[in-house]
Amino acid sequence: MASVPLQQAMILAILLFALGLAGVIMRRNFVFMLMSIEIMLNATGLAFIIAGSRWGQADGQVMFLFILTLAAAEVAVGLALIIRLRHRLDTLDSDAANLLQG
Amino acid sequence: MNATFYVAAVIALLSTLCVISRANGVHALLYLIVSLLAVALVFYTLGAAFAAALEVIIYAGAIMVLFVFVVMMMNLGKATAAREARWMSPRLWAGPGVLSGILTVQLGYVLATGAVGPAALAPVSPRDIGIALFGPYVLCVELASMLLLAALVGAYRIANAELERR
Amino acid sequence: MAQTIWLIPALPLVAAAVLMLTGGRLASRSVAVVGVGAVGLSACIATIIAIGFMRAAPAGDALSVTLWHWMTIEGFAPTAGLYLDPLSLVMMLVVTIVGFFILLYASAFMEGDEGYSRFFAYMNLFVAAMLVLVLADDLLFLYVGWEGVGLCSYLLIGFWYRDAANGLAARKAFIVTRVGDTGLMLGLFLLFTQLHTLQIQPLMQAAAQTWPQGSSFASLAALLLLIGACGKSAQIPLQTWLPDAMAGPTPVSALIHAATMVTAGVYLIARTHVLFALAPAVLLAVAAIGAATLLIAAFAALNQHDIKRILAYSTISQIGYMFLALGVGAWSAAIFHFMIHAFFKALLFLSAGAITMRLHHEHDIFRMGGLANRLPVAFWSFLIGSASLAALPIITAGFYSKEMILSAVWTGGGQVPVLWAAGVITAFVTALYIFRAVFIVFFGEAHTEVTGRDLVRIVLPLVVLSVLALVGGFVETPGLFGGVTLFTRFLASVFPPTPLPNGQAEGLLLAVAVLISLSGIVLAWRLYSRPAPQFLAWTRQPAIIAWRHFFLSGWGFDWLYDRLFVQPFLALVQFNRLDAVDSFYTGLAILARWLHRLLHDSQTGRIRWYAGCLAAGSIVTLAVAVLR
Repeated sequence: MASVPLQQAMILAILLFALGLAGVIMRRNFVFMLMSIEIMLNATGLAFIIAGSRWGQADGQVMFLFILTLAAAEVAVGLALIIRLRHRLDTLDSDAANLLQG
Repeated sequence: MNATFYVAAVIALLSTLCVISRANGVHALLYLIVSLLAVALVFYTLGAAFAAALEVIIYAGAIMVLFVFVVMMMNLGKATAAREARWMSPRLWAGPGVLSGILTVQLGYVLATGAVGPAALAPVSPRDIGIALFGPYVLCVELASMLLLAALVGAYRIANAELERR
Repeated sequence: MAQTIWLIPALPLVAAAVLMLTGGRLASRSVAVVGVGAVGLSACIATIIAIGFMRAAPAGDALSVTLWHWMTIEGFAPTAGLYLDPLSLVMMLVVTIVGFFILLYASAFMEGDEGYSRFFAYMNLFVAAMLVLVLADDLLFLYVGWEGVGLCSYLLIGFWYRDAANGLAARKAFIVTRVGDTGLMLGLFLLFTQLHTLQIQPLMQAAAQTWPQGSSFASLAALLLLIGACGKSAQIPLQTWLPDAMAGPTPVSALIHAATMVTAGVYLIARTHVLFALAPAVLLAVAAIGAATLLIAAFAALNQHDIKRILAYSTISQIGYMFLALGVGAWSAAIFHFMIHAFFKALLFLSAGAITMRLHHEHDIFRMGGLANRLPVAFWSFLIGSASLAALPIITAGFYSKEMILSAVWTGGGQVPVLWAAGVITAFVTALYIFRAVFIVFFGEAHTEVTGRDLVRIVLPLVVLSVLALVGGFVETPGLFGGVTLFTRFLASVFPPTPLPNGQAEGLLLAVAVLISLSGIVLAWRLYSRPAPQFLAWTRQPAIIAWRHFFLSGWGFDWLYDRLFVQPFLALVQFNRLDAVDSFYTGLAILARWLHRLLHDSQTGRIRWYAGCLAAGSIVTLAVAVLR
């Protein structure tokens, strides 16, 4: 198969990461923020895969596996927290959780 | 192969854009699933078939499904969607857009000035991955399992406490 | 004899310390015994020493005692020492004896006041400081006494401190005399840097040897000392504090602002007369200031209606006479007038106090009246004092001292006849204003009820001072009246002889003096004892009322100083409200507060904001890492 250019794949990863970052900063709803974090994790995983393919070693995909595990754990706990927050604040507005203000 | 890569890349980018710009939660989640599938295709074009499979099965298939279940459970409704739409004004995009843009430029710069190796990308088989997992990375596997255990207990506890209080 | 001189200032100082340390816990009888007794004891010792001095004058006609060495620095070793020569003897006697009688009076006058002990403490401190001033042998030690009397003047003017107006008057007195004190200090600096000593006698000798007649150093030093003297003695241009100083109790006005402190300037000039003789221009200035002051103050006194303010302006005017005498080189005449003035002015103040004591502290003369029969003691004392002040011929002491000054001015100040004319006109106005007060207060119909009764402690000082005001002048009489020259011969070792007219000029001058004082008294009787309606109508004309207000305010000096100095100072203070000089430090504080606000505002508590800040931080870090 014709090889995929390395640079452009990395550019894809960078762009996805940037989009995820924009989403985290921009969205006010907790659920959307969590989604954007997932996008960022995914982009990072893509970067690892690209690196692993470039060197032809398994390490890239192993890292991707661990990232996946991490994402799973994080989503589980994160969603539990979101449910808890919703019951406490009666809203999913992240700006409502501002007790650290001051 | 290149064409597949480009198409998948474009789909991934577009659907990610849609994820961060939708007002309805479930819509955004669905777009996210599409994005993940597109990225899985990109993995395949890069020669990481095993990773592609994992992406589809675990990420899109388990994690996102969990997301969908919870979002549906929350019963967000039309009012939430309207509020989300109201919160997404163009003025809102400026700051984050600028920050992300600068970050992109920086990373691109790093990429451009970094050492460039051979352009060829070699595929890696699941067999190599398995050997690596049970070889040098066996400790990480154990740690990963502990992490999952902790997440399990933690998520259970956090959600349960809420129920008990109610 | 020399060994006991130090007791004279020390006893009042000890009494002051005792009274201050016991802080009002002693019974008022004990306070009076300590306070009056200390000065009385000093007076006794002073009298004994004076008698010994006069019977057998010591070598060099002076006693010198060095108490201790103040400090010894390279080239500067002032000592604290006492110097007793005829001049300081006269001053010392006046201060202690008159002071004793005034304090005796005050022990009855201030009875029942809550600050009784404080009063006597301050008064004794004052007497101690004044004695240090007149007995000092070193100009720096004299300055210690100078400052001490200034301090006590402030404390005593503002004695009834609960009334803010008294504090204001005290501050005014202190600040205005401070201007003079600065001049004096500068003069001391000049004298020391040029002549390398401040011991008075060596200093005078060094000045006479080093500086020629009319040298600029001598003139400058004398001018600076003159400024100091003007401040303390309330002469133009620093006279505005004395009328307001009448806010203090009457014994304070009698002792400090009539007999002693205000004559400190006269004493200073007399003590350093050698220096002044080296600067004829400054001497002329002394005479001119004296002449101007005596005229201005006399006209001001003519228009006052507060009895103590009349006496205050009178004091300013009479010290003007002393300055006039000093300015024409009649040193002993000035000291003679000082002594007589102390007697009659203290007498006038004490009798004024006796009047106000019996009239519920009423000070306005137009609300008194008809007191001749009802307050006989006060009437006769005030009358004798007024007669002495007006220089009633022959029988009063004031006649001899004032006449001596006027004669000396005629001969000594011959090139400036204006000075003599000023003296004579003022003598007329003096008789006029003081007998105006006499007629308005003691004759006519009564306006205020009399209460209380006379006490021995009030009557005795009045009697003693009356006697002194009558016979005190007989130690120095002009040739036509017996030619007694005890006083000038006593002071002959200190001062060069005063040129006085003789023969025909003397007779003519005496006639003028007699005529002036008698006509002043007669005019006062005509105008004020039963004022004619035309006179009253004339005084009520608008132009005349404007003049009367002008004189009443002391020729507008307060208004002038307010415009010239006080208002600009306050404007400057207002302008610098934000304290430009400290702006660096306040700027630091403002910067700190601004930074705090900045950091405070950055803690929004919002997750998105923190995420954004994280992103920005990582961008910066990346940039640094990449670009390095």
